[in-house]
Parts: sequence; structure tokens; C-alpha cells
Amino acid sequence: MSFITRGFSGRGRDRDERLPPGQTLVEDWPVLSAGPTPEISTDEWRFEVRTEAGRKEWTWDEMQALGVEDVTVDIHCVTHWSKLGMAWRGVPLDKIFEEVETSHDYVMAHSYGGYTTNVPLDELLDGQAWIAFEADGEPLDPEHGGPARLLVPHLYFWKSAKWIRGLVTMPTDDPGFWEQNGYHLHGDPWREERYW
Amino acid sequence: MTRAAWHVATVAEARQETPTSRRIALDIPTWPGNEAGAHLDLRLTAEDGYQASRSYSIASSGPGTRVVLAIAEVDGGEVSPFLVHDLQVGDQIEVHGPLGAFFVWRPARDGAPGDAADSSAGADAAAMPRPVQLIAGGSGVVPLFAMASAHAAAADATPFRLLYSVRTPEDLFFADDLAALAAAPEPTRLALDVVYTRQAPAGATRAPGRLTADVLGELVWPVEREPRIFVCGPTPFVESVADWLVAAGHPASSIRTERFGGA
Ligand SMILES: Cc1cc2nc3c(=O)[nH]c(=O)nc-3n(C[C@H](O)[C@H](O)[C@H](O)COP(=O)(O)OP(=O)(O)OC[C@H]3O[C@@H](n4cnc5c(N)ncnc54)[C@H](O)[C@@H]3O)c2cc1C
Repeated sequence: MSFITRGFSGRGRDRDERLPPGQTLVEDWPVLSAGPTPEISTDEWRFEVRTEAGRKEWTWDEMQALGVEDVTVDIHCVTHWSKLGMAWRGVPLDKIFEEVETSHDYVMAHSYGGYTTNVPLDELLDGQAWIAFEADGEPLDPEHGGPARLLVPHLYFWKSAKWIRGLVTMPTDDPGFWEQNGYHLHGDPWREERYW
Repeated sequence: MTRAAWHVATVAEARQETPTSRRIALDIPTWPGNEAGAHLDLRLTAEDGYQASRSYSIASSGPGTRVVLAIAEVDGGEVSPFLVHDLQVGDQIEVHGPLGAFFVWRPARDGAPGDAADSSAGADAAAMPRPVQLIAGGSGVVPLFAMASAHAAAADATPFRLLYSVRTPEDLFFADDLAALAAAPEPTRLALDVVYTRQAPAGATRAPGRLTADVLGELVWPVEREPRIFVCGPTPFVESVADWLVAAGHPASSIRTERFGGA
């Protein structure tokens, strides 16, 4: 269905096969968010998970004690840029859900600052998602979600909620902030699930 | 909001906007109309099938099928130099949209203040209009211009103010249109403040220089008036402005931002 734009040749000749459709490689790290950047110190930072059974909370040190991993992943933003092979450090969600029981299939991620985003619980487990606090060897800047953000690299990056403060499990898939504002409920970059 | 979709757009008009930018009007017969502040994704396809997509804010709003964009050339960029120099009237491209139901402003009907339902001040907002403060850096004026135009077109009574940071007088986007909005009769008059960062026009009261927290404080509605604030521009501009606003006491929930990227 696409057609040629007269005179356009582009410059992505040697397109990296790690780039999903419609994505362009960037070297810098663009910032995109809906409002001002919250500033949260690691002392005041708390992470909580709420399920149908109750709630559990971790401080910064308790979170680190769950077991930190190094991961190298590609990230893909819905606004068409991708970064490849980024080095991250964080706690896998598998560690968190070793301490939490739920029969729910979905979670809503909640951030300091009020942002929310929905993700199927299945897609946060089995080494697919982290509570990340370092990228490229540096603590995460507040602009990039520091002190800690969700990292779900196989989905568009709006799912990787910055300034993460907790997860609430849900029996059904309800839309989060951008999802209510026109973004796709799921957000797979390889299927270009950008908008509904 | 209308569900976003792919559309075929034909370039209806293209003209130089500033020495480094271009205004492009697209005819999109299937366009469902858009709110003021929305954007679209534009897709170019090369002969070998290679595609590049970028987001662009829409300078126009309403039910029409003519959509206006304004594009600043980013040196060394893949898409913006093509749009600014090579795209011609009659050429076709693909666009996806309208997108972005968050960074929008909605006029109210009958000249009452707009967007009351969206206000965090709740039920009283209809009685006490919260003024709207727009803050643009460079090409970030595009969606804010759409809002200011929609405000005037609807004869909406919400007080509107635009703070616009540009390098030099010739870098002003929509210069004539903004001057007209600033000269409109009350209550739709746009209060317009321009900060020149590199070269100010003859007779300017302020020496050229980057926007600072102090100048920002002088040129936006004060905290007591509880303005709703829209900030748009390159990422570093938006970051600084949003931080200063929060430091000055504006609640984060009153500030909406759109970051155009760039270092
Ligand atoms: C929601 C949204 C709305 C936008 N609306 C507009 C608009 O109305 N008008 C407009 O001109 N642009 C707008 N942009 C920016 C636009 O999408 C492109 O990023 C811009 O045109 C550059 O694309 P390019 O292909 O020329 O450069 P690229 O080839 O993508 O980038 C080349 C280099 O320039 C840097 N760069 C990318 N974007 C910018 C930028 N905006 N400023 C400075 N450096 C940059 C990159 O980091 C890279 O190093 C918008 C972006 C978003 C996310």
C-alpha cells in the first residue's frame, strides 16, 4: 500500500536488522515525557506491589538486595528512534514476583508524577523486564526516569515507565496514561503497535 | 477522539517560513479533522522501499481536510532537509494521525472559557477560567500556534498568553499570523512575548540572550492565577522551562510538555 515519495532516497542504506519497522537509529538518548521531571531521592524512594491479596513494599536497599543483574538490550521509542545494545543494571521482575502471589493477568505500572502504563504480567516475567537504575554505566538521570524505571525492552519504550513507584495487578487489561490518549494497548515494536 | 489511520496526503502549498524552515499545506481527503495541538506521523518511501517516519505537529485544527505543518531543517537530518528543500507541490506522502489526545487545547462553545472539564480545579473551573500559558522554543511554536488560532477562531474567552523563544527576528514562525492574533480585540487577544536568544530587533527592550528562570517568571501568568501551561520545543528547552516552572511553584499537574527531540 505504500508508494514512492518522489526524490526521497533516505540514508538508511545499511539498515540494521535489529531495527523494527519505522525506527531510526540514534546515538544520543532523546527524552520524551508528558510533564515536568520529578526528583526523587533513593532515601524516599519506595516500590510497592498491590494485588487482590494485599500489598508489599520495598525500600531502595531492599530492592537492591533482591539481586541485581546486568543486561544489554535494544530500546525502541514509539516516536521512531531506537538505541541498540544499551547496557542496563536492574532487578528482574522475576525476583519481585517470587515474593508476590496473584491470579491476575495484567498489571498497571504507577510512577511518581502520576504516569501509568498497562502491561500483561506474562510479559514482565521470565527475564523480560527489570526495575532498572543504571544505564550505560551511570545511575539513571532524573530525565530518563531516575532513580528507577521499569525496563520492558521488547515493548515500545512508553511501557518502560520512568520514576516507577509500584505495580497494581488487574484482572483485565485497562489502558494506562498514553493508552487512554491514543497509544496501542500492547505496543509491540516489531508489529508496529503504535496507536489504536 | 477519532481513531488514527494512514492517509495519503498531497502537497497543496509549500512556502518558505523562515530562512531555515518551510510551511507545508497538505490536502488529505480522508482526514477526520484534528484538535489544536495534535501531531501526525509522516512517512517517506524511497524507490527501493526504504522508509523513514517522523512526527510533526499540526499548525491547523478543526474539521477541515487541509493540514498545515511547519518544519525546521535539522542540519544533517534525514527527513527535515528533504521536506524543507525537495518536496514539491503535487507530491504525495503518507501520514498517520491525528495523534496525541493529551497535548491539545479544546475551545468551549459560545465564547465561554475553553477546556473547563479538563481542569484540575474541578467544578469551579467553569466559573473561574484558568488562563492558558503557552511557552514555545523554536519550531515548538507549531502546536501552540494551532491552540492560539483555535482560541481566536472560537472567540473563546480564556485568557491566552504565548512566550516564544527564538534566535533572531527572522526565525519567527507564523510572524504575521501571531501579530494578527496579538492585535485581535479582547477577549480573544493573544498576549505575545518574544525572547530573542541571539539577535533582538531594533528598539527591543531586552538584550538578546537565552531564556532564564527570572525572565520566564516575568513573562508567564503568575502561580496565583493557576495557569494551565503548555510547553513545546527541543528537549533541553522543555526540560529547563518545566523545571523552572515547578521551582516557581506551578503544580506539575498544570504543566503539559511536548519534546521535539534533539540534543
Ligand atoms: C510529537 C513531535 C512533534 C514534532 N513536531 C515538529 C514540528 O512541528 N516541526 C519540526 O520541525 N519538527 C518537529 N518534530 C521533530 C521531528 O520529528 C524530527 O525530529 C526533526 O524534523 C528531525 O528529523 P530529521 O530526520 O531531519 O533528523 P534525524 O536524521 O532524525 O536527526 C539528525 C540529528 O539531529 C538530531 N535531532 C533530531 N531532531 C531534532 C530536533 N528537533 N532539534 C534538534 N536536533 C534534532 C538528532 O538527534 C540527530 O543527531 C516533532 C517531534 C515530535 C516527537
